Order: sequence, then structure tokens, then C-alpha cells
Amino acid sequence: MGYISEESLDFIPLKLLEMGCLPGAEVELVQIAPLTDPLYICVNGSHLAIRKDTASQIQILKSEI
Amino acid sequence: MSKKDIKVALIGNPNTGKTSLFNQLTGLNQKVGNYPGVTVDKKQGVSKLSSTQNAIITDLPGTYSINPTSIDETIVLKSLLKKDIKESPDVILVVADVENLKRNLLLFSQIKDLEIPTVLVINMVDQMHRKGISIDLSLLKKELNTEVVLISARKNEGINDVKATIIRCHVAAKASPLCGIDHKIDPDYFAKLKEISPNYSLYELWLMVTQNNFPDSVTKEEKEKLLAFKQDISKLKKYQHKETIYRYQEINKILNKTYIVDKSKATDLRGKLDRIFTHKIFGYFLFFLILLVIFQSVFDWASFPMDLIDVAFAELSSIVKSNLPTGVLTDLLAEGIIPGIGGVIIFIPQIAILFLFIAILEETGYMSRVVFLMDKIMRRFGMNGKSVIPLISGTACAIPAIMATRTISSWKERLITILVTPFTTCSARLPVYAILIALIIPDKKIFGFLNLQGLVLLSLYALGFATAILAAYILHKTLKVKSKSFFVVEMPNYKLPSFKNVFFEVIEKTKAFIFGAGKIILALSIVLWFLASNGGSSFDNAEKLVVENVENYNLNDDELQQKIASVKLENSYIGIMGKSIEPIIKPLGYDWKIGIALITSFAAREVFVGTLATIYSVEADDDDTSTIKEKMASEINVDTGKKRFNFPVGMSLMVFYAFAMQCMATLAIVKRETKTWKWPLIQLFGMALLAYVSAFLTYQILS
Repeated sequence: MGYISEESLDFIPLKLLEMGCLPGAEVELVQIAPLTDPLYICVNGSHLAIRKDTASQIQILKSEI
Repeated sequence: MSKKDIKVALIGNPNTGKTSLFNQLTGLNQKVGNYPGVTVDKKQGVSKLSSTQNAIITDLPGTYSINPTSIDETIVLKSLLKKDIKESPDVILVVADVENLKRNLLLFSQIKDLEIPTVLVINMVDQMHRKGISIDLSLLKKELNTEVVLISARKNEGINDVKATIIRCHVAAKASPLCGIDHKIDPDYFAKLKEISPNYSLYELWLMVTQNNFPDSVTKEEKEKLLAFKQDISKLKKYQHKETIYRYQEINKILNKTYIVDKSKATDLRGKLDRIFTHKIFGYFLFFLILLVIFQSVFDWASFPMDLIDVAFAELSSIVKSNLPTGVLTDLLAEGIIPGIGGVIIFIPQIAILFLFIAILEETGYMSRVVFLMDKIMRRFGMNGKSVIPLISGTACAIPAIMATRTISSWKERLITILVTPFTTCSARLPVYAILIALIIPDKKIFGFLNLQGLVLLSLYALGFATAILAAYILHKTLKVKSKSFFVVEMPNYKLPSFKNVFFEVIEKTKAFIFGAGKIILALSIVLWFLASNGGSSFDNAEKLVVENVENYNLNDDELQQKIASVKLENSYIGIMGKSIEPIIKPLGYDWKIGIALITSFAAREVFVGTLATIYSVEADDDDTSTIKEKMASEINVDTGKKRFNFPVGMSLMVFYAFAMQCMATLAIVKRETKTWKWPLIQLFGMALLAYVSAFLTYQILS
């Protein structure tokens, strides 16, 4: 569980933005695929699978509990 | 199509039940452009809105936004930007899933800015109570400045509301935009953009610039001015990002006032199912099990109706022959047309069963989990998790499968998928395999329940997949194609499949096959019959030649007739063609009759069985009613005096058909999708070479 940092904005592909991966949004890692890639995440109500190389461009900050 | 019909475009995210709504609105009044040639993407149907008013509904491909990243989505953009009076929609229905309303509204806000009358249709409202969702409908209408209809397409609720709203809306004057993108991002910039043309809304102009997509109605002068805006690409990109974020901010503001979710009511069924279906061991095991069940049922369930069809057409042929006056027309009907049609009809059971399974897997949401499971593996071979769907659909027919690659946004991954898909065992190979397996593999059960014939069939499927994967790997290492790989897949909620959607899907795909490939098969059967019943001088004099030959003096009447028929076939045009390639195919174990079938199979594989049927029925006695299988089983190899279709020949033939690219319709579709003849030609020759070499090795090793 974490949220997307504001600085990531320029690195998030437009398509992901459109699917709800917005800066400031909370991201939950639901599952990692059996061969460690892709990742299954839940953000802004969207359940998405994205590859690691895309995910690695997005900075995630730990949410304070 | 009368002038008064309202043109309605259906648009929405994938998995919102857009197709369910389309099916409810149009029922059986739908048609899809047939391949090859015309567009397949546009599903259209007529809906009766009231006693006096009809609407033409177009179902556009599912998309998350109108900024396209794949070919499917480009189609959506193109059809919305069209200014042609005949084509552009009067009303747009944006279908949204009540659970994912926020993301669905992004697309809605984009559409609304096109300033075309738009209706928001919120689907799956029957789930609202269970998921703890409540909506303030009247406030939502006011905030969005649009008509909103709540429906449940699966339960057929609210459909009449949709119809009434379409009638109300299409007369509305020009609609107003929802999010004025201009004054939030860079007012001066957008003001200049707007000045270019008064004929388009600001957002339309913006889309033309960002998507580099200009409808025909744009003048040359306007286009030049628009292109000037494209020079600063990084600025464009930045503004697109800003635009999306701005839209989400607006949507959030609206939803905060109108949409409430009580999270405590949410169940975690999805999570539980995901843990099973995407489990690192069970996940793959289940997937393999599902494939096994599919292939076993295709073989088991379809064999009975197929035998029935086979026998029925053989009967019909002989009835026609014995009841109509003898002549060329009767021959054409009994030996050309009826077996030809039979050769198409016989596929229906298998195709329908395969598409039934594929439709169910897609409907339930399981297919996305397969994509998730397989992506890493497929990537090693230069493909994409999404390539699994074409490869599985390819087991029905390569044509819809190749079109299904359109969702893959990386060109290289898509190209490789297109090139290797024809290796998967399509249903056109099934009749070839089916008849050969029935001839050379005993009908036994092993371990008490596994059908041995079914198991051989399964291994042929495995051979097809393995070759596809291997070929992909070679292409991955050798092809130098630049493309950016980007991958995102939505994991939809699990749902029970809707009977109606599955039913329509099966009907649609089966119809497309029958009318697309079927025409070629039927036409070839007729050409073939002609070539088999005509020939040079030896053909015309066959009777005389046989009767005068001393060797034939002690034959009885029946045997004499048969001898004449076979001499005739040998000297017919088709016989000459088959004979001329006999030296090339002899090392594979084939004779000239099989050679004829090979030649015709390059048009379409399934013609193999029909060709042999035609050849043997031309050769056979008039009152012969035996089926193709019986005829093939009794065929004798003249060199050895043993059965023609023995184990090595059967295996060699199956290997040949597994690898060879024998389908004109597929080549045409590959040409269309890759926009060049280069790739289909590489496919044709590469696969033919592989087929020849492998069949040669198979025959030589086994015999």
C-alpha cells in the first residue's frame, strides 16, 4: 500500500493516467505474477496488470499509518 | 435504412457490458462486415425505438479514452471525428460500469467535449445494493449537464428508458462541453487553436493535433495551421497529461457530491478467486485443465453431429443422382455442389463448440487472468500476454485470431503474434486430422477414460502451439523491428457469463466463417468438379481405350466401368495437374490423387477432405452411397497393393497440414493487417518449406 508521488507525473504514460494512475492516488499491490512479472495493482478503483519496467518508472511513497 | 433513422454510436470502456446493451437493443437485427476485405470492426444493428422510429446502432470497440494506443482504439477516434453527414452519429451512448464510474467518466468527459448529444448509460445497477453504492441521479444529471439512464443490460432492465432517451436527445441542439480544457491549462494557446476553424469544437481540433488524425473534411489551409501546433511535442505531451488530471479533478468534484460507496458492504470474492486462478501452481494447472477439457469436448461432442452431416450429404448426393435425369447439371449438383456445401456445413459443430468455450472464458473475466499469468513467458518469445487470446482463438480460425491481435500496442509483439498464429491448429485442419486419425489410429480408451484418438488430436494441437512458440522465438531474435513495448491490462470483475452474449458471439463467429471461408470452399468444389470431369483427348476416349485393351477382356461389367472411370480421372485436367507434381510429393508418401488435394488445399485446408470426396465419387459407381471415410479406407496403393492411407502416410500428411500455410483468406487478412505483401509471402513460403521437410522426415522415418 502506498501512493503515487507528484514528481512521477511526467513519467507515467498517458494511458496509465487515463486508467486512473494519478499522482496522489493510493496504490495497492494485489498480486505479483508467478514469474515475478507483471504486477497486479489496484489504483483508484481500477484493477490493472502492468509490467515491472513500467512500474519502476513510477515513484511510490509509503503511506503513513 | 431510411433517412429518418437515428444514428447512435455505442462507446465505453471494455468490460462495461456495452455488448450486452447492444444485443438487448438490436436483438437478431445485427450484421457484421465479412472478411476478407471490408471492415469487421463495425458491428451495426437496427433497433426499434418506437412504433415509428428506428435507430441504427453502431457498436464501437471498447476503449478507455479517445487518445488511441492501439488500432482498435484508433477506429473509435476516426468514427467520432468524421464530419460526414451520413456517417457521424446523432447521439452517442457512453456505457459505464456503476462500480468503476470514476474511470468511465473520463471517457464520458472527452466525448462530451466533442459537443455531440451524449447520453450516459450506467450499467450493472443491479449490483449497486450488494456493493453498497448509491447515486444521486438528479444531481448527477445536473452536474454532468446530460441525460443519465440507469440500466441492467443483463437483466434487461432500463432498456426502454434508453430508447426513449435516444428519441428525446437526438433533436437536441448542439451540446455544450463538460470540461472547458482551454481556460484551465493555457488560455492563450487554446484560443489560438480555436481560431483555426469555426466548423469544429475546440476539443476536436485538439484531438486532430494530438492524434495526428485529420478527417477528410479538414481543408488544406486548416491542416497546415493545425500542423504548426505539433512542432512542440513535449508541450503537447505535457498538456495532454494536464488535461487528463484536470478531467479527473472535475470528475472527483462531481462524484463527491453524487456517488457514495459503503465499503463495509464490499465482499472479497474477487480476491479469493484471484488467489486461485493466478496461483503460481494451481493457476497454470487450471489453465491446462481448461484447455484439455475444451479439446476433448471439441472432438467428442462434435464427432456425432459431424458423422451425421457427412452421411446426410452422401445420401443426398445419391438421391439426387438416382432421381434426376442424367446429365451434366445433375453431375454438377451431385458431385460438385452438394459435397461442396457439405464440406462447409461439417465444420459448424466444431467451430461453434470452440467459440462457445472462448466466449465463456472471455465473458467470465478469466481470459485477463490468463494474460496476466502468461505475459512473462510469452515475452521471452517476443510476444505479449495478450498474444494468448489470438493463439487460443486461432484454434478456431486464424482470421478472427489475427484481428484479435489489434489490442497489442507493441508493433513487434503484434507482428510476431500475427506471423505465428497460423501454426495453431485451426478448425479447418480438424476435418483433415479427424479423418486421418479415424483411419490410422484405433478407437480405444486408455486408462479407461482417455480416448486414444482424442489424445493424438491433443498432441497435434500441442505440436501446433510448440511450433508457434518456437517460430516466435526465432522471429524475436532475428526480426529487427523498432517498437515501444507497453503493456497494461485491466483485470475485470468475475461474472457469470450471460447466455445471450455467448450465444450471439458464437452465432456471429460461426456465420463469419461460413460466409467468409465457406464461399471459397464452395467455389473451389465447383471448379474442382469441372477440372475432374473434363480433360484432353485421352479423357474423351477413355472408354474406347479401356475396352480395346487386351488385359481387360476378362473383367466383368462393374469392374470395367470402374476401370473406365479411373482412366478418365487420370486423364482429366486435375489428374494431369496431380500427376505432374507426383515426383515432388512421392518422397512424402503421397500419390497423384493426394497431390490434387494438396494443390486445392493451398486455397483452404478443409478442401482436402472435399477434394478426396469429389475425386473418389467421380471415380466410384453411380449408386455408391458410402461415406468419404469408407472410400478412403478402401483406397489401395497401386505400388504395394496395401492400403493407401497407412500409418506413415497418415502421419506425414498430418505433419504437412500442421505446418503448411494453406489458407488464402488468412493470407489476405495478414496483408491487410500488416499493410504489405512481404509478411504474408514470408509466411506462405517459410511454412511450405517447413511442411515439406517435416513431412518428408516423418514418412521416411516411419516407413
